[in-house]
Amino acid sequence: MSEQAVSALPGAEATGVVTVREMGLQGMVSLRGDLAALGTVVMRLTGAEMPAVRAMTKGRGIQVAWMSPDELLILCDHGAADTLVADLTQAFEGQHHLALNLSDARAMFGLSGNASTLRDVLAKVTPADISALHPGEMRRTRIQQVAGAIWFETETEARVICFRSVAQYMFDLFTVSAKDGGAVGFNR
Amino acid sequence: MLTLTCPCCGISACETELAPGGEAHLKRFGPGSPDADFESYLFLRQNSRGVHFERWRHAMGCGKWFLAARDTATLEVFGTYSAQTTEPPADIIAAIRAKRPDWSPA
Repeated sequence: MSEQAVSALPGAEATGVVTVREMGLQGMVSLRGDLAALGTVVMRLTGAEMPAVRAMTKGRGIQVAWMSPDELLILCDHGAADTLVADLTQAFEGQHHLALNLSDARAMFGLSGNASTLRDVLAKVTPADISALHPGEMRRTRIQQVAGAIWFETETEARVICFRSVAQYMFDLFTVSAKDGGAVGFNR
Repeated sequence: MLTLTCPCCGISACETELAPGGEAHLKRFGPGSPDADFESYLFLRQNSRGVHFERWRHAMGCGKWFLAARDTATLEVFGTYSAQTTEPPADIIAAIRAKRPDWSPA
């Protein structure tokens, strides 16, 4: 399966005041259940601590993000997602939970550039307070007409995930927002 | 613009990130209940001008329902609280009383 998998917009890239890239295949596993009861297994399988509210934690090549009071998103290698789901399902046998490989239902974009310009490009298309968002936190929000989540890997490198069905819209949106001359100087 | 703080994820969410769910604290009258109660459950709302309790869903965020107390005339928000409550909690009532001394719960 995975060797035939194609990401939403393979190789799409646009450069303006910041560079927008479609990040290719990204493993994403949704894990739902009583978060208080999931921590030990998540730690064992991913090496990542249970994230606090809205936080992201890092494990062995894996990131775990807090999505809602009963949901985590595990970001892993695309090829490792099915195995992780199988391991989670086995570990939570008999316990109320949901582990699902959502990798191919999603798209991920990377935006990189000057720290303040990057924040401008994001802030123009979302009501979220981007100036208050820092590495280690994921902000789920509205990105113009669609739902998405934004986080910063570093101050100069942002990631955006959205549903695959709106990947083209998201790419076009950021391309316009990042056009030359598009910095508004709000975030300094 | 209305900004409500989601008690589930702590985000101050803009109105456009939320989905409105109408009046809060309705008591359901289902099949078998008297017609008048059923009608009131389905159709009759306070529609108050002033203090109002509402349901909201953080649709473009954590996806959870929560309740909010606000003034429909001034858009002033008195507080938000868990959807798993059948009546406004004491701290919300106190917050409303502090700003609207002549208000009393219906």
